[in-house]
Amino acid sequence: MAKVVIDEARCKGCALCTLACPKKLIRMSDKLNRQGFLPAVFPAECSRDCTSCALCAQMCPDVAITVFRAEKGEKP
Amino acid sequence: MQPVFQRPISLKDVATHFCPGCQHGLIHRLVADAMDHFGVQPQTIGVASVGCSVFLYEYFDIDVVEAPHGRAPAVATGVKRARPDNFVFTYQGDGDLAAIGTSEIIHAANRGELFTAIFVNNTTYGMTGGQMAPTSLPGQRTLTSPEGRDVTIDGYPMRMAEVIAALDGAAYSVRVAVNSPKNILAAAKAIKTAFSYQIEKKGFAFVEVLSACPTNWGMSAVQANERVAKEMIPYFALGTFKEKN
Repeated sequence: MAKVVIDEARCKGCALCTLACPKKLIRMSDKLNRQGFLPAVFPAECSRDCTSCALCAQMCPDVAITVFRAEKGEKP
Repeated sequence: MQPVFQRPISLKDVATHFCPGCQHGLIHRLVADAMDHFGVQPQTIGVASVGCSVFLYEYFDIDVVEAPHGRAPAVATGVKRARPDNFVFTYQGDGDLAAIGTSEIIHAANRGELFTAIFVNNTTYGMTGGQMAPTSLPGQRTLTSPEGRDVTIDGYPMRMAEVIAALDGAAYSVRVAVNSPKNILAAAKAIKTAFSYQIEKKGFAFVEVLSACPTNWGMSAVQANERVAKEMIPYFALGTFKEKN
């Protein structure tokens, strides 16, 4: 149980995070962002499967990704 | 929820001008992360080069001196000698460090100057529109080598990490890449080690980072990232070429 927060306004749609995710949880949006790119999105339902490995955030050239992990005993 | 990955505090919370898939932003983050790790941000003076990396004063929350083309190692020498208690690093691309600034970097390394050089190698001149650089691969098509780099006329790509390692004055020389999470973690470690050489006054440290330039390579970000693994790493071998104790 974890959460990946992608700053969609800052994402330039390079899609490198989609390759980095071992579970392929990140997909590209079909809606343009303010900069005119198709940003990466982390669907809320993927929270369950995310292990908070943060490889997506490591790979992001624009440091647009923050990763959170549930604390012990925290309910989804 | 507790954060497991956050932006380093030494990196300003601003958007960058870099193209989609350009790994300068990532390398900026690794450098900022190393500054946070050692807590040197308040006394850090960065020396920016000419090229896409010129705007690092906009992105790092530190003091920065902007050096003329290729002269970052000479400026850093002056800064470090005048202010030995400050932490000093240069951040240069291949058009800057391996072409117009070859003399400066070689002599700074040979003198064993106590600063750290971060060298971003993307085999082309990024900012000026993709001309051939000394590091362009044999056969690589660029703006100034439309038929591909001909080694009989243009010479061979320069392996700077090995060149620096051959100098007695250099204490640490390494080549890393940022094309995969595994390589990124290794790059982060190498940059921290390079910083520790300055902090522990062990000598000059040099980190060459292989990076992608999707725009000037005429590729998508994903293709450009693949090219790093397929074409660059076989020529520019990753590894530590010098590690003085």
